[in-house]
Amino acid sequence: MSATTSTRAGSTATPRTSTALDTGESLGAFTTIRLGMKHSPELREGLRGTFALAVLASGGEVVVPIAVQQTLDRGLGADGGVDLGFTVLMGLLAAAAIVVTGVASYLMTARLFRAAERGLATLRTKAFRHVHDLPLLTQNTERRGALVARVTSDVDQVSQFLVFGGLLFVVSVGQIAVATVVMAVYSWQLTLVVWLAFAPLFLSLRYFQRKLTEAYGVVRRQVGAMLSAVSEPVVGATVVRSYAVADRTQARIDEAIDRHKAASFRAQGFTAFSFSLGGVSAGLANAGVVVVGILLMPDGWFGTDAMTLGTVIAFAFLVTLFVGPVQMGTQILTDAQNALAGWRRVIGILETPADLTDPGADGEPLPSGPIEVTFDHVGFAYPGGRPVLHDVDLTLAPGSRVAVVGETGSGKSTIAKLLTRLMDPSEGRVLLDGVDLRHVSQADLRRSVVLVPQEGFLFDDTLAANVRYGRTDADEAAIRASADALGLGDWLAGLPRGLDTRVGQRGESLSAGERQLVALIRAHLADPDLLVLDEATSAVDPALEMRIGRALERLMRARTSVTIAHRLSTAEAADEVLVVDHGRVVQRGPHAELAARTGSVYAGLHASWVAQQGRATDRVPSGAGEQG
Amino acid sequence: MSTTTTPEVVHDEDDALVGNRTKAATTWDGFKVLGIAIRREPWVFTISTLGSVLFGALTVADAWALGWATDEVLVPAFSTGETDGSMLWAVLAVFLGIAILRAVGIVARRVGAGLMQYRMQAHSRREVSRQYLRLPVEWHQRHPTGELLSNVNADVEAAWRPIAPLPMAVGTIAMMVIAVVQMFASDVVLAVVGLTVFPAVIVSNLYFQRLSSPLMTRAQQLRADLSEIAHESFDGAMVVKTLGREPEETARFGRVADELRDVNVRAGRIRAAFDPALAALPNLAVLLVLGVGVARVESGAIDAGAVVTVAYLLTVVAFPIRSIGWLLGNFPASVVGWERIKRVLDATGSMPYGTATSTATGGAHLEVDALAYSYGTGSTEGGDEVGLLREVSFSVAPGRTVALVGATASGKSTLTSLVTRLVDPQAGTVRLDGTDLRDLAAGELARSVAVVPQTAFLFDDTVRGNVTLGLDATDEEVWAALRAAQADGFVAALDHGLDTRLGERGTSLSGGQRQRISLARALVRRPRLLVLDDATSAVDPEVEARILAALRSTAGDGPQPSLLVVAYRKATIGLADEVVHLDRGRIVARGTHEELLAASVEYARLVNAYETAEQEEGR
Repeated sequence: MSATTSTRAGSTATPRTSTALDTGESLGAFTTIRLGMKHSPELREGLRGTFALAVLASGGEVVVPIAVQQTLDRGLGADGGVDLGFTVLMGLLAAAAIVVTGVASYLMTARLFRAAERGLATLRTKAFRHVHDLPLLTQNTERRGALVARVTSDVDQVSQFLVFGGLLFVVSVGQIAVATVVMAVYSWQLTLVVWLAFAPLFLSLRYFQRKLTEAYGVVRRQVGAMLSAVSEPVVGATVVRSYAVADRTQARIDEAIDRHKAASFRAQGFTAFSFSLGGVSAGLANAGVVVVGILLMPDGWFGTDAMTLGTVIAFAFLVTLFVGPVQMGTQILTDAQNALAGWRRVIGILETPADLTDPGADGEPLPSGPIEVTFDHVGFAYPGGRPVLHDVDLTLAPGSRVAVVGETGSGKSTIAKLLTRLMDPSEGRVLLDGVDLRHVSQADLRRSVVLVPQEGFLFDDTLAANVRYGRTDADEAAIRASADALGLGDWLAGLPRGLDTRVGQRGESLSAGERQLVALIRAHLADPDLLVLDEATSAVDPALEMRIGRALERLMRARTSVTIAHRLSTAEAADEVLVVDHGRVVQRGPHAELAARTGSVYAGLHASWVAQQGRATDRVPSGAGEQG
Repeated sequence: MSTTTTPEVVHDEDDALVGNRTKAATTWDGFKVLGIAIRREPWVFTISTLGSVLFGALTVADAWALGWATDEVLVPAFSTGETDGSMLWAVLAVFLGIAILRAVGIVARRVGAGLMQYRMQAHSRREVSRQYLRLPVEWHQRHPTGELLSNVNADVEAAWRPIAPLPMAVGTIAMMVIAVVQMFASDVVLAVVGLTVFPAVIVSNLYFQRLSSPLMTRAQQLRADLSEIAHESFDGAMVVKTLGREPEETARFGRVADELRDVNVRAGRIRAAFDPALAALPNLAVLLVLGVGVARVESGAIDAGAVVTVAYLLTVVAFPIRSIGWLLGNFPASVVGWERIKRVLDATGSMPYGTATSTATGGAHLEVDALAYSYGTGSTEGGDEVGLLREVSFSVAPGRTVALVGATASGKSTLTSLVTRLVDPQAGTVRLDGTDLRDLAAGELARSVAVVPQTAFLFDDTVRGNVTLGLDATDEEVWAALRAAQADGFVAALDHGLDTRLGERGTSLSGGQRQRISLARALVRRPRLLVLDDATSAVDPEVEARILAALRSTAGDGPQPSLLVVAYRKATIGLADEVVHLDRGRIVARGTHEELLAASVEYARLVNAYETAEQEEGR
């Protein structure tokens, strides 16, 4: 694995901020199963007992052939003529054996289901968690639909296999093994005949397996593409409508659907052909058994004393025990390939390095209270991309209010991501109170540092549940206290359902501004020592804008705050302004000082802002002079 | 969370539905679903069924061949000790011939079944996605994304899963019929004994269905829930990550995953009991046949070959008979899946189009006349009708710019939805160049009007594809549009320029970049009316100013388009020739920005609120 990982990341020397996701396609079947077992230890639990029961259950299958042989040779063909008493006794014994093996089969199946479902529930939940541990970059570049598939349909596929195909596999192996043993006891020569008849099939299975692996790999990829295509009319409903591109969208969907259909059908063709060979082998085996059986009869050309009519017929029955498993074997193989592909992908998720290693309990503690922030020669580049931040080297005083300004693409958002450790720097260190962020446990970090992102994503739940994302155990009183502290108590009271207001999918029942208010209450509840704000650029309802401004002001009190500012008014209000230009911090200082430096980057930004405000209104924008 | 989450609300409805369903005969419904598939793909079904019947007939022939070989070859050989070479060749020919023909049957059956299944899946997916594209926006807003995605994926698969074992099951039934005839031909008494097994297997199967179908239904619902949670959680990954909520999210997902596990284990236990029972039934029947058979041979009624044939028939039919179980076993999930698909397919609501076309050029004339709109009583908010827009009248003259200004919930976005005909008004009309929007032919409106929404949606396509959306535009035109939208810079910096693929929902770009791509999409069409619904909200004011400047100047080489903008920023409002001030669904003032500032205290308060806030905080 490590070899694959390092190749993908390009180099092991730099921290791997890889955007790629391990698809697991390089994993062999054995490795997949081994890793799968490792990630779902429940699968291994009680496996021996289950196998023992499987062997006992398989015994049930040979009861009938043996009973037939006994009936023919000793019931019908007994020396003293037909022996009905023997037949009845033997029949009762055989019936008892069938009941016992049936019970074994019940226990085996129930155990298998339990182990499989428990193991896969674990795998599913683990993979889900790991998706959240992946770097933000990976979560973004990877299609979200595909990530969802990993923890839903891919796992279902494995589950489906383990409790259907896998169960059949266990039963089949047991059946063939027991049948072979019984055959060998009757006649090794006829056993050889049967095995020879099935040999070509066993040999060709490898070929079909390769073909199937290939074919099902294509199927899985097409499923991903198809799912992505069919999601467009759902997620982009309004755009499709307002641009009247329904036909084009449909054409793209149809194409993806057709490709998926063609790939599935091709895979099915291989499966069908390999499946049909089982029956041919069985015909060959039966013919061989009858012919060789006659040749082997005591007076035959190669006469042996042991050969009887009952034995030959028993073989015909025993051959049927091969047919089912061998035919289903190809089916099992199909399912297995399918499941293996799904399993690989899920494991691929788990094997994709989370990149940001959490020191956990070994982490250095962060003292509480306003935090001092230090950038120690920090540089950052996306993997394979140009550097977006060069040699940022500065310290921000505890409790200070800092605004980061710069043009779009200047690298100012990267600063927010590094500060909150959504990414690690490619060079240098980010230190909080002198502690390297990489040495702080995630739990500690998230308690001390909170990012209020640009877009206030909310979960489809109540308002209360959403703000509790900031602090899980917050009761209603605590939430109201936070809202009051931010001056939002009346806003909350004004909502018809207050804290029980349902916010809708992604919070869309609320306006963009209201979503921001919720995000601010959420941040206040979390009570961080360092607040990182990616200022919302969306201009919202002015009345709300005012509220947001006030709430922000209160939220920033008694904390260190770093705001990625999109408005210069924010910069005006800050203690210190960092001006980022083309990935470098080019200016730093209070607003008034920077604005006065004519010809500087900041003076340029400021001038265009003033002009823009002036165009809309004759009033002079609230200037620095009014700021205390 | 635990006290406030109510995801059950949605499910209760489904469960009630399913609860009623289970009492009805799921099996019958399952056949009805299959009937749909058969009517749609009669030829594929026929071929695969013929293949399967061929297979079944030859399986019975195999048993007959064994009986024949016993009586004609084996018994004489073993009793006389003589080997007849020609008979050995006959045995070989008969057994191999049957086997090869049977293989042909198998291939026909399976290839046919696969073809039919995939065709039906593709067909349903097309139908469902067509319906998604057809149904009005208002319908989409009422259904969770996860559910709609599940309908087109998991539900389609579940609905058509029984097709795979269908031909096999039909062939098995044919085989059973032939087997019964063959058994009666061998010996009436043995046949009657053997026959008890078929009804027993079928009845057991039905009982099994009854026990397991509610569990299957529940499992499918839980799978849909899992998908919904995963979608939402991954969508909000940023929030989850920055607030360190991974454990709680994992617990939320884990709870449903565990319930799914428990349901599956329970279903498994039921299956674990039935599978061996179904396997034991034919085996016990064989034993009975042996016992009775020996008695019959003793009495001289039949010979050994008949016993062998009947016993072998029961053995070979026993395995395929389970395929009927597989078929029926897929029914509950299939019926539920189909019903979910049906709910989408049967969803009513459409947007009828007229036949009017437009040949006008230059800026469009938009007239909004006495418009009223409200969300219906059936909304989730409890039924009281919220009048969203009332008596709204205004117009945008060709080439003019009108700004819509108003507080939250004043109805601005609803108004943009109405003028772009995402929804139709309850009263009043919207006219474009004098034609009611409802009279315009499909696609006509989009040729004249382009809207840029606040939340940009990007397709899983290249930058070029996302801008043109199939419009026949040259690269120069695309670049010009990107330039006007201030998107040329970052697009040029992308690895493959215009050919760079933008991922699902365009998440590899920032919100502001997405908005600019979405703006370029509108501009490349050279619309006669451009509607910006707060479309530059995620863009820096700096960049926004340049965009607005470009919007005013692109008209330099042609007639000026009419512009309707929803705006907050003064810079944007300042561009408008006229401002329409909306308050709680009504127009309260109209005029130029300066006029409104002077005439309306409300308006002044609204647009100055931001500055006011600044001043207050400054004190």
